[in-house]
Amino acid sequence: MAIVAQSVTKRFGEFTALEDVSIEVAAGSLTALLGPSGGGKSTLLRVIAGLERPDAGRVLIEGEDMTRRPAQKREVGFVFQHYAAFKHMTVRENVAFGLRIRKRPRNEIRDRVNELLDLVQLTGLAERYPAQLSGGQRQRMALARALAVEPKVLLLDEPFGALDARVRKELRAWLRRLHDEVHVTTIFVTHDQEEAMELADQIVLMNAGHVEQVGGPRELYEEPANEFVMTFVGPVNRLGDEFVRPHDIELRLEPNGKSSSRATVERVLHLGFEVRVELRLEDGRELHAQVTREEAERLELAPGSEVFVRPRHTRVFALES
Amino acid sequence: MPKWALRLAGLSYLGVLLAAPVGLVFWRTFEHGVGPAWDSVTTPAAKHAFVVTVLIAAIAVPANTIFGVVCAIAIVRRRFIGKGIVNALVDLPLALSPVVVGLAFLLLYGRQGWFGSWFTDHGIQVVFALPGMVLVTIFVSLPFVVREVVPVLREIGTEQEQAASTLGASPFQTFARVTLPAIRWAVAYGVVLTTARALGEFGAVSVISGHIVGKTETMTLHVEERFQSFDYVGAYAASVVLALLAIATLLAMNLFRPNEATR
Repeated sequence: MAIVAQSVTKRFGEFTALEDVSIEVAAGSLTALLGPSGGGKSTLLRVIAGLERPDAGRVLIEGEDMTRRPAQKREVGFVFQHYAAFKHMTVRENVAFGLRIRKRPRNEIRDRVNELLDLVQLTGLAERYPAQLSGGQRQRMALARALAVEPKVLLLDEPFGALDARVRKELRAWLRRLHDEVHVTTIFVTHDQEEAMELADQIVLMNAGHVEQVGGPRELYEEPANEFVMTFVGPVNRLGDEFVRPHDIELRLEPNGKSSSRATVERVLHLGFEVRVELRLEDGRELHAQVTREEAERLELAPGSEVFVRPRHTRVFALES
Repeated sequence: MPKWALRLAGLSYLGVLLAAPVGLVFWRTFEHGVGPAWDSVTTPAAKHAFVVTVLIAAIAVPANTIFGVVCAIAIVRRRFIGKGIVNALVDLPLALSPVVVGLAFLLLYGRQGWFGSWFTDHGIQVVFALPGMVLVTIFVSLPFVVREVVPVLREIGTEQEQAASTLGASPFQTFARVTLPAIRWAVAYGVVLTTARALGEFGAVSVISGHIVGKTETMTLHVEERFQSFDYVGAYAASVVLALLAIATLLAMNLFRPNEATR
């Protein structure tokens, strides 16, 4: 395991940010710390980096106990949400910073920086200052700066959080390709489940200072451990104690067995390939279903029309104590 | 209000209150040509006052710059007991009348004072001498660097410093390569204000120096002494020297200013 956190607890005054949290991250993997804000994921990342000192627990990087070691000596690359660019340095100087601190020879620094600028596609902007770059460019510079010192692990704290939606998508795809090329063990923090699902090999879902579930994207979606995971990783309908995903609701014009019930269509929303159907059951409960465009046309769905709904696949969770 | 009226109001305000008095000093100094003015600033007493003034500033400004930066970092970045008191104490010199400061130092370091007797026993003359004048000047010019640097430190936040530490920089390397460049304009402006205050200080220095001509007289005291002796050209000429010193400080700061267009 490249990174291990064992029973980490961290409090800020009265607030408990992390309560007995343990995770393991395999070498070369891309892991997402996913969860709502205030869930403790950024704190865990900062504890791993050495930017916060845990009140209890241990942090191991490549088998070495790092708990008491300052950030300066951990050899981690850290990327901040708001870039933390050195504003008085050019792009080149920013990327070279760690190498200069390590007093590497000039030629080596120049070659390494050129190589990295090429990797993050900033070659033409090397002599600019951060203020002259866009947000996406600044973040790529920050990534090159972190990678320059060949860190043992790369830690990204909401790396795309400050960017607009289009740039975010581009950088996401780009980060995935970069990781396939560079293969450095990477953990990134995000509150966006789509981002986590698209990028990560492993997702650690955190909430209220503890880990809810660890698993691959598919596992979290298909085998959620509890109600929180089920509702966080995708849209969901609640029918009493049962939870059902909108695409697991079957719509028919005739009744289909015992479990099917009559409902009235309230709204039909065309979202490109998918159609979202808002329904009201006879007992007044609301739910929404997700169907394909063809299916919606075949059923001639329109506000006011009557259909029979049957959940294909529901889930019940034991009450949490 | 129309734009031109606003401009006129602003310019006349500056003209009456700033430009006119300074201009008049220059005018009166050179009224009878450069000769008499030059003669009056090259008297032994005037030259000595000049040296004393520059010497005091040369000690007080670096002292307050180092203290100011360290103190600002402590106030913004550290948590310690009594931080509120330190923060309030820094502003004390702004609130106290310089004459009171001079008097307080006179009582403290005078022959009967708490510290004064120790210094007297060790043969060090503090009051009515240069050490006392340096001390009061440090006191009155202490807040400027702190007050300039604190808001800038708050604004830049800690992320750049944290980034530097994850990249392997020691606390000192982080300070020298990241923090200091980020606050350098605030420090520079604080230094200008500190220098101006140190050069122009009158009240506190007046009390503690004892006005010994040719020994403990600064430029400001020299101006007053010349004025009291009805040597107006001497007083004006010395004032011009003070004004030129201040202008030189501002120009020196501008020389270090990088090309703003690239930021």
